[in-house]
Amino acid sequence: MLLIDCPWCGPRAESEFRCGGESPIVRPADPAATDDTTWADYMFFRDNVKGLGFERWHHRYGCGLWFNIARDTVSHRILAVYGITDPRPALEGEA
Amino acid sequence: MTRYSAWSLLRAGLSGQRTWTPAWRDAKPKKSYEAVIIGGGGHGLATAYYLASKHGLRDIAVLERGWIGGGNTGRNTTVIRSNYFFPESTRFYDFSLSLYEDLSRELNYNIMFSRRGMWSFAHDRHGVEMLRRSANAMRLNGADAEYHEADEVFRRIPGLNPSPRFPILAGLLQPRGGTARHDAVAWGYARAADSLGVDIIQNCEVTGFDIRDGRIRGLETSLGDIAVERVGLAVAGHSSVMAARAGFRLPIVSYALQAFVSEPMKPVLDTVVLAPSTGTYLSQSDKGEIVVGSALDLFPSYAQRGSLPVLEHTAAGLIDLFPHFSRVRLLRQWAGIVDVVQDSTPILGESPVKGLYLNCGWGTGGFKAIPGGGFCFAHNIATGEAHPLAAAFSLDRFRTGALIDEAAASGIAH
Ligand SMILES: [Zn+2]
Repeated sequence: MLLIDCPWCGPRAESEFRCGGESPIVRPADPAATDDTTWADYMFFRDNVKGLGFERWHHRYGCGLWFNIARDTVSHRILAVYGITDPRPALEGEA
Repeated sequence: MTRYSAWSLLRAGLSGQRTWTPAWRDAKPKKSYEAVIIGGGGHGLATAYYLASKHGLRDIAVLERGWIGGGNTGRNTTVIRSNYFFPESTRFYDFSLSLYEDLSRELNYNIMFSRRGMWSFAHDRHGVEMLRRSANAMRLNGADAEYHEADEVFRRIPGLNPSPRFPILAGLLQPRGGTARHDAVAWGYARAADSLGVDIIQNCEVTGFDIRDGRIRGLETSLGDIAVERVGLAVAGHSSVMAARAGFRLPIVSYALQAFVSEPMKPVLDTVVLAPSTGTYLSQSDKGEIVVGSALDLFPSYAQRGSLPVLEHTAAGLIDLFPHFSRVRLLRQWAGIVDVVQDSTPILGESPVKGLYLNCGWGTGGFKAIPGGGFCFAHNIATGEAHPLAAAFSLDRFRTGALIDEAAASGIAH
């Protein structure tokens, strides 16, 4: 069970949240001028890292806020919680 | 290799069953191979077996980081079915099912295939319409399917809750569906491949790829370098990790899928049941355990263990279907890391690296696809051409847009 620290509500159980996948994913600026390979990469292809990953979560059965977390996908340890438009924070042990 | 038969069992019995030899050799890697399969699960072992038996390649190794069948092959709920919606899927999965039907004989290894049928239910009017649509689609695509009203469902499945939280209005039965012993599938393919000269190398991790001019030339492994120009990657939930080592990305997200078994009981359930209302599916193993699972833990995970909310959800779904299981104790719980693709259709075929082929994207349903996946993958590696049954499963479909969206179409848990 993950205990997720919602920036608005504080620590809440995993079952109140929904994971919205990898973050950030940047939509190509001009879709009409984007080639199919780049578009497929944006739509479907993911880093899907084993270890430290960055992802967006939604407090679905709570305040409704979207935010980002940094989480280890093996240990499930959450290393940081940050705003949906904020840059990735510096993490302990990171250069 | 000793051929297993009633006679060999009897003969070994005369000396107290002490004369059996290991079912496959514990091989060490050579400096080079004609083809190497990465991943000693069902798909990898089946691929090696069909490469040797159907295509005449003998200079093959299967490299497994842990022990064979220790990943998803040994962690699934052993259900075999072909109840899909699109022609491409049903054709492929039905072919795989038909290979399963004859597999014990072909491998000379009892995989304990039990054609006990599989049921999916409908819980509301829309579900009933979906179920009729599924039955029609399956029949049009050549698979067996029977649509039954509630009375018949309850007559055929004694003990089913007559008034569950989500009412059971109808059922779709695939009579040819069933279960098999998952470990035996891995062991049977391993033994058969080994007897054709395939080296099965356990505790050997592939740590890097030697790629020159976009073409694979060799592998770096924890047991030394191997020169090889044809490589099949069949590592399920770890496909993205291996792809990153080869310098590309995949349209895959890895999730933990949990499964549970109860303490063993006398025979009480003689079929496989799926209730879409809760996503709960269950069957009874030959040992008597209730084998049950439901939804994914819906966040990316490489931890082979699950979260408690899914356990609670699964237990609730199980008891809703069969209230008399409420006092049965769960004995074990575990999870496998599954490779989920947006359209719930596998990826089988070429990768961005020439000579490196992909067998992944099976999501939560890889076990039933083992014979068909291995068969088509071997064809691709041996001939350089996609097998007709798997041609639509190319990685390129994400660029062209020719997705086969079973995730939306078949309305069943993948
Ligand atoms: Zn909140």
